Amino acid sequence: MEKNIALVLVLAPFFGFLFNVFFGKKAGKTLVGLVGTASVLVSFLSTLFFFSALNANPSQPVVVDLFQWISLEKFNVNFSFLLDQLSVLWLLFVTGIGTLIHLYSISYMHDDENMNKFFAYLNLFVFFMIMLVMGSNLVILFIGWEGVGLCSYLLIGFWYKNQDYNDAAKKAFIMNRIGDLGLLVGLFIVAYVFGSLDYKVISEGAYNTQLVSNNSGLIALAALCLFIGATGKSAQIPLYTWLPDAMAGPTPVSALIHAATMVTAGIFMVTRMHFLFDLAPQILDLIAIVGAATAVLAASIGLVQNDIKKVLAYSTVSQLGLMFLALGLGAYEIAVFHVITHAFFKACLFLGSGSVIHALHGEQDMRNMGGLRKVMPITFWTMMISTLAISGIFPLSGFWSKDEILLTAFHSNIPLWIVGSIASIMTAFYMFRLMYLTFFGEFRGTEEQKHHLHESPALITFPLIVLAILAAVGGLISLPGNSWLNHYLAPLFRKAHEAHHLDATAYALMAVATVGALIGIGIAYSKYIKKQEVPVQDAEMKGFASVLYHKYYVDEAYDVVVVTPLKKLSHFFRNYFEVAFSETVFAFGKIANAIGTQGKVLQNGSVGFYLLAFVIGMASILVYLFLV
Amino acid sequence: MNVSIILIILLFGALATYFAGDKLAKTVALVISLASFVASVAILNQHNAGISSDFIYKWISNPNIYLASKVDGLAIAMMLLTTALTTIIVWSSFANQFKNAKGFYALVLFMSFAMVGTFVSADAFLYYIFWELALIPIYFIALVWGNGDVEERKRAIVKFFIYTLAGSLFMLTAFIYLFSKAGSLLIDELYLLRLTEQEQFWIFGAFFLAYAIKIPIFPFHTWQANTYQLSPSVGTMLLSGIMLKMGLYSVIRWQLPLAPLAAKTYMNIFLVLSIIGVVYGSIVALKQHNLKKLLAYSSLAHVGLIAAGAYTLSLDGLRGAVLQMIAHGFVVVGLFFAAEIIERRLNTQEIAQMGGIRILDTKFASMFMIVMVASVGLPGTFNFIGEFSLLYSLYNVDIWYAVIGGTTIILGAVYMLKMFQNVMLGEANAKPFAAITLQESLVFVIIIAVLLFFGLYPKPINDLITPALQEIVAKINRV
Amino acid sequence: MENILQAIGIENYIFLSVMLFCIGAFGVLYRRNAIIMFMSIEIMLNAVNLLLVAFSTLHQDAEGQVFVFFSMAVAAAEVAVGLAILVSIFRNTGSIDIDNLKNLKG
Repeated sequence: MEKNIALVLVLAPFFGFLFNVFFGKKAGKTLVGLVGTASVLVSFLSTLFFFSALNANPSQPVVVDLFQWISLEKFNVNFSFLLDQLSVLWLLFVTGIGTLIHLYSISYMHDDENMNKFFAYLNLFVFFMIMLVMGSNLVILFIGWEGVGLCSYLLIGFWYKNQDYNDAAKKAFIMNRIGDLGLLVGLFIVAYVFGSLDYKVISEGAYNTQLVSNNSGLIALAALCLFIGATGKSAQIPLYTWLPDAMAGPTPVSALIHAATMVTAGIFMVTRMHFLFDLAPQILDLIAIVGAATAVLAASIGLVQNDIKKVLAYSTVSQLGLMFLALGLGAYEIAVFHVITHAFFKACLFLGSGSVIHALHGEQDMRNMGGLRKVMPITFWTMMISTLAISGIFPLSGFWSKDEILLTAFHSNIPLWIVGSIASIMTAFYMFRLMYLTFFGEFRGTEEQKHHLHESPALITFPLIVLAILAAVGGLISLPGNSWLNHYLAPLFRKAHEAHHLDATAYALMAVATVGALIGIGIAYSKYIKKQEVPVQDAEMKGFASVLYHKYYVDEAYDVVVVTPLKKLSHFFRNYFEVAFSETVFAFGKIANAIGTQGKVLQNGSVGFYLLAFVIGMASILVYLFLV
Repeated sequence: MNVSIILIILLFGALATYFAGDKLAKTVALVISLASFVASVAILNQHNAGISSDFIYKWISNPNIYLASKVDGLAIAMMLLTTALTTIIVWSSFANQFKNAKGFYALVLFMSFAMVGTFVSADAFLYYIFWELALIPIYFIALVWGNGDVEERKRAIVKFFIYTLAGSLFMLTAFIYLFSKAGSLLIDELYLLRLTEQEQFWIFGAFFLAYAIKIPIFPFHTWQANTYQLSPSVGTMLLSGIMLKMGLYSVIRWQLPLAPLAAKTYMNIFLVLSIIGVVYGSIVALKQHNLKKLLAYSSLAHVGLIAAGAYTLSLDGLRGAVLQMIAHGFVVVGLFFAAEIIERRLNTQEIAQMGGIRILDTKFASMFMIVMVASVGLPGTFNFIGEFSLLYSLYNVDIWYAVIGGTTIILGAVYMLKMFQNVMLGEANAKPFAAITLQESLVFVIIIAVLLFFGLYPKPINDLITPALQEIVAKINRV
Repeated sequence: MENILQAIGIENYIFLSVMLFCIGAFGVLYRRNAIIMFMSIEIMLNAVNLLLVAFSTLHQDAEGQVFVFFSMAVAAAEVAVGLAILVSIFRNTGSIDIDNLKNLKG
């Protein structure tokens, strides 16, 4: 029974994918959308079944063992699934938000000629994401991990006629693959140390002090490699640059893959392997530092971006940084908490921006927007709620989760707290900058666009409303002092993490965070509402703003440091090494040839000469035989 | 029934194809290759039922030479690969019009005959004959039916022919020496020899030259790219899909068990060479303008990893190598077939003259895409299983081997995606691109089905090859 | 029979056949006319035949004479083939000077 439902959970989106690939063109757009959405909904309902089962019986996670997959000398890797608290929680929001975004896409992608392909890829993505989350060992996770990367590639390059989009897709795939190599090596180390890749066996091994003390170096290395994998998928320094470019994909993709689900895979993996990371405190420190640095770096770039989706993309990178900060501090539940709230409000923001772009027929530059508040009230209000949430305004969800992260940071490391707080202030600023530029003031687009302005249809606004409600109340799952989430996740962790108590420090920090957010909002207000400023054109940008606008020239630096040398090397190998090796081989031929050229003098064609040689030869043999 | 039946089918099939005439040749060839595949499956069943399919006849009494064949799971796997791929390759060429088709298809079957013979021989003399015999048909296929400038082609193909032949001569010398020691060339008797380390070193080296050129391992690869480019696609598929597996198979079957001490002592040298091949092949592939040449270099990178796995001398490495040999056989045939389909329509191999094909034919684009992601080892495809085992076996030798060898998953993605983008994506080309035919897409479907099925369920192949490989590992580890 | 050898010693036969052989050899080397070369070869062959017969008599063994018959038969066949070749060469080139035959030059 459980096995069958688990199979339905995994395979429903896959059947959606198959249907849309093979029958999508004939079935018509309505059916494509329906099947695509329904298949994810089925997964969501199946997840609810496991969720209720787990609530009834928290200590009994469901394990579904299918068949033996890869055999190695020391261990086998089975194709099996694990449905415990963590995976079910992840599945809930992956399939839940997934359903909403599929619903949204029905309307959003309706005019695209390849709508069936879009739904096929989206279904395939959900399928791989479910694999990633549900796998009971790291190799199944790796299937999903690479699979979602592939879908991300396909969806970023969905409009494949545009080579810039294809470049962005390729970049995303390759940068992910760099991380994947790290993950793969991490897997090998784990397999070598623990003799298995199964979570259960590894976790038992991780509590075996003898084993751990013998291999502490390798374990730290494994944690480092796994973290490198996470930096690729979850867009952390140094592999974050693909995520902003990934905005080339259709907006629902950005919402689902590049905000709510796929990019949180790194956090999922670290949480999944927390027992390993707990054994490597130095790597945890590194994670915290990288997370904080990413948070502030990405937020600072987000301050000056003019493309509405780019702002949200950098915001995503920055928020992911905060989550890694929490992970690095060992506060896995808090990271998970922020993943969930972030999924709500960021999905809502992306979908909202999609609604705006839709209304403006593809316009993404905020300099050409403005004043949309009156025309698109639902979009405006839902996005406003989410913006307040991400900025950390009481009592919306973002307030609680971000506050928990900062509180944890404050208790363990003040500099990290300061960096995190700066990132949050910046977040408040750029989010309100986005809101003000988009929805307030006068419309700055063309007359043509103005004429066509409209609120989006219900299929688009409904998911927005649902997500906005969730973004508002999502904080309820983990209120300080009485955290349902901590309680729910407790069976995963050996040592229970208690929610922070509401003491004086906590209140003080909340106050500080709120004041910070308000300062950010205030600056944005004075700049964009009071002074009615509009960001200058690209060419007029100067000073530090220009550096920020060009993302600290990191892409260019990578180009100079990695891409160009590789191309040069390839050139060099092709034009010199290959020729050299080839000529070496030919040289042997030439030596033989030279001997032949010399030798052919003997073969002069004169019969008399041959006879003479023959007689002399015979005579010398005779002389040799008789006389010597 | 013993394996000679497959050899007989293929040999007489080649004759029958020749006498069937130009019109019927391809149909006859397809039927024959299919029959040989069915016979291989029958041998597999027999093997699974525990019945031996070996044979041994006295051939020459002085020197002591036998017509002997010993089929274990490994040989059966390779035999199945050869006959299955021959069938696919013959079928894939149905749309081509060859001059003197009867000669062409007869040579294809003859080559298949020689390759199967190489995989099943249990007498070094017989093995050597088959090994060299396989070279003759591909020489003519490439030279007579190839493409590009004739002079250039002659130069490349003759180079390939002489290069491989010269390498094999060293192997022959090694066999003569072994014969002088053992008094027989039966593989089982050769296994029993106790050679000194010095002797093993020379034998290992002689084998290495023959195999390194055939596989090819860096820096013995220079024949590869030009030969692949100038051969007709059928020839390229035969070369890359099956023939280079002969080299890898021979490493596992002959080189390692006959000279285990040398293998262990000099393991690192061969690992380093193989892994250099992986990185080097990938980097050179980045800047190739010719589609078939690019695929040739990608093949160099992939077989480098396979060879590295074999030289780890561990069960994981050998098993990964064999799995990847099979997976690579299918994937590379699929890739060259895609190149062939494009060439049929656009009449070019230059990547710069392609582009925008996806708009014109989405079905072809999807199938090409699947084969491409399989070739970069996406989990869920057969290639991942092999790559995973190979890299894990390398990790067990040294973490750096795994890391540097693992760059193939990054660089492989770089050149493959770049190629795909330039060939398939972007704005539509002005040139017309006729939609892929049913027959062409069925070829793809078969290849993709194999790659996906064994990617999820490799157990049948695993169970087939593991006992044989365990035996070989035991022979390597005997003191 | 013996009296023949008693009358003329074996050394003389050897001397004669060596002379003949050398004459034949020099003839082959010096002359350019293919027919004369051919005749010289025959002289060399007959020198050997003579020696065979002489030794056969010396050792009282008929085997040597049997060999002579063989070699004479072979020589006859050779002449037939060789002259046929010469005729065809003459038809093609109009001469039988072997210096004109340099097609085998490498």
